[in-house]
Amino acid sequence: MPTMNMIQALNDAHKVAMRADNDIVVFGEDIGFFGGVFRVTEGLQKEFGKTRVFDAPISEGGIVATAVGMAAYGIKPVIEIQFADYIYPGYDQIVSEVAKMRYRTAGEWPMPMVIRTPYGGGIFGGQTHSQSPESLFTHIAGLKVVIPSTPHDAKGLLLAAIEDPDPVIFFEPKRIYNGPFDGHHDRPVTPWTKHPASDVPEGHYTVPLGKAAVVRKGHALTVLAYGTMVHVALAAVEEQGLDAEVIDLRTLVPLDIATIKRSVEKTGRCLIAQEAPRTSGFAAELSALVQERCFYHLEAPVERVTGWDTPYPHAYEWAYFPGPKRLKRALEKVMAD
Amino acid sequence: MSDKDPALRANAPRLQLHVPEPLFRPGDTPDFSGIKVPAAGSAPRPDTSAPAVDTHPLTTNLVRVLDEQHRAVGPWDPKLDADTLRKILKDMVTVRVFDDRMYRSQRQGKTSFYMKCTGEEAIATATAAALDRDDMHFPTYRQQGLLVARGYPLASMMNQIYSNKGDPLKGRQLPIMYSDKAHGFFSISGNLGTQFPQAVGWAMAAAIKGDSRICMGWIGDGATAEGDFHSALTFAAVYNVPVILAVVNNQWAISSFSGIAGAERATFAQRAVGYGVAGLRVDGNDALAVYAAVQWSAERARTNAGPTLIEFFTYRAEGHSTSDDPSGYRPIDEAKAWPLGDPIERLKAHLLALDEWDEKRHSALTAEADATVRAAQKESEKLGILPQQGKDNVGSMFDDVYSDVPWHIAEQRDAALAEGRD
Ligand SMILES: Cc1ncc(C[n+]2csc(CCOP(=O)(O)OP(=O)(O)O)c2C)c(N)n1
Ligand SMILES: [Mg+2]
Repeated sequence: MPTMNMIQALNDAHKVAMRADNDIVVFGEDIGFFGGVFRVTEGLQKEFGKTRVFDAPISEGGIVATAVGMAAYGIKPVIEIQFADYIYPGYDQIVSEVAKMRYRTAGEWPMPMVIRTPYGGGIFGGQTHSQSPESLFTHIAGLKVVIPSTPHDAKGLLLAAIEDPDPVIFFEPKRIYNGPFDGHHDRPVTPWTKHPASDVPEGHYTVPLGKAAVVRKGHALTVLAYGTMVHVALAAVEEQGLDAEVIDLRTLVPLDIATIKRSVEKTGRCLIAQEAPRTSGFAAELSALVQERCFYHLEAPVERVTGWDTPYPHAYEWAYFPGPKRLKRALEKVMAD
Repeated sequence: MSDKDPALRANAPRLQLHVPEPLFRPGDTPDFSGIKVPAAGSAPRPDTSAPAVDTHPLTTNLVRVLDEQHRAVGPWDPKLDADTLRKILKDMVTVRVFDDRMYRSQRQGKTSFYMKCTGEEAIATATAAALDRDDMHFPTYRQQGLLVARGYPLASMMNQIYSNKGDPLKGRQLPIMYSDKAHGFFSISGNLGTQFPQAVGWAMAAAIKGDSRICMGWIGDGATAEGDFHSALTFAAVYNVPVILAVVNNQWAISSFSGIAGAERATFAQRAVGYGVAGLRVDGNDALAVYAAVQWSAERARTNAGPTLIEFFTYRAEGHSTSDDPSGYRPIDEAKAWPLGDPIERLKAHLLALDEWDEKRHSALTAEADATVRAAQKESEKLGILPQQGKDNVGSMFDDVYSDVPWHIAEQRDAALAEGRD
């Protein structure tokens, strides 16, 4: 099996999908000849030609809106928004049009498309290259929201997203494009080659949407995470020597509630980790769901570890990022009584 | 039935999608002989109170003042005295030296990011010379020349770049995202285009209050594709706003050439036509042409004759930023082939031709700029470089989210401070 980092796995997913389906078109800023600022679309224009893979004007509203028109015609756009921080000019089109079209047309005009976008911090990108806006999309009925945490899942989830009949917002944790990140920013970066999930099968396979992965089995508590935070949480429970069960959600909407419920009923404790700001973040939704569905199994209040309710501050990146120290405190708290 | 029968279309041609492609890619030999460069002095100069439509022929022309013999010619010659010319030259040289040093700092790991404006120095520095000190700017990240020309301390710029203890923005912003009210320089946004209609709003406020200060908004060629560009022009036109709207067309937007923003169909200056505002297309590497165009637009704005859209035609001579390697999408020597030359060399040659300059003075100027920048760098680095930051004053990152600190943020501040002690 070839070893790939997340960028190569995503690139491969595009190729597999586009070879099988002539109706897939890929566009976005700098994604054509150059292959994207993170190189996810490298080589696609060469293989599939300029009318299937092309640079878009710097207009996120235009990119999403033209994707709506293409989906209405019946072809399948897989578009890139260069950074999640720049998705907002397209937000009206996503919220008012993409998300609601199937509903408002009684199913006549579904909007199958994938909107890919790198998100998250840890690269000293300052407040406009670091945001985690997933909850602005999980809040919108009609959108599916997917976040991979490994090369293997990135390819399988992207293929599933492309084949899905509904619009999918596909957030790519850019901090772990090139290697998993344990939250210790002062240590050397480990490349994906050292990680088993960098084994990426050739050809077509999918990781189904709506299915979480139990990435570590345990009995003492359940940790819910997605994206970069999966790796940070795994490292933290190892360091604390806890018998923790760690669940990588992979799809935020629709959520794999059964896997979560099964785990929390077993462990009786739950910690949720997200990089996004705290207030109204997706962790709040998870916390409510766990409380509603597992209340009588809980031995401690559900705990959240999050970014702060501030913009992402350039120099204070590591004071902002929910790293090992914040996790340690939260783990101690949730394990206390 | 009113629609035609689709069967009649049986022999219609197959529709085709046109995807623009730049003239040259890596490995090609750049040849810009296809770019029309009108002779300096050939563009007419309408009265500043002329109807907008009188300027529209200029949107496909190119206002140029410096000719091949380095003389200032034609109706747009602003007839500047030698001291003003030398001041613009000095500002341009300082910007270039500053850019080189900060680029190197980033490469040395002293900060995370930097953006140069190499080849575009005339645009901001000559603009600063043409406007009044209290006129307002809503810039992009390539107008560092405005700050330099207005005498903003170079060390303060560097403190921001290093996010250090002297950083006026307290380490919160990506390097080069300056902001300084006292120097009439609005906070640079990472989100392209947002500042363009904001500039119009500032100028609307000035008009509402009967002020005499005007405002200038800036945008890149690529970012004109954003809806905000349209909002700016619409509001400027509707309210006849005293604003100057500048498109810096440096031919590239990261890896996308200007054709991806529509330049194959019309010039950026021509956007003015549809909105009914004045439009000028200007040689951005000719400091005198830049000065003249801004001076013209400023007078127009100040006399309530209306807004102006200026396209500064120039070339981004280096990578987009320290994160970019242009050899992946354009020939490495394209900048050298650019037909409008280097703005510093051109102004220098003009001063030489006027006999107001010599090589010795030029070397002295460069040496002085170098010394000034180095001294500022030394001063700034005493206050720290990025890798040393982020540990002190952690609590400050919770200030200014709101005017006061609500309970939830106060709690988070306590938690962050406790975490720092762990
Ligand atoms: C809304 C938004 N979309 C995308 C980006 C990413 N981005 C940063 S600079 C840039 C290119 C801008 O080109 P141009 O407007 O021509 O300005 P230049 O860099 O050439 O000065 C892009 C796409 C962004 N910062 N904001
Ligand atoms: Mg540009």
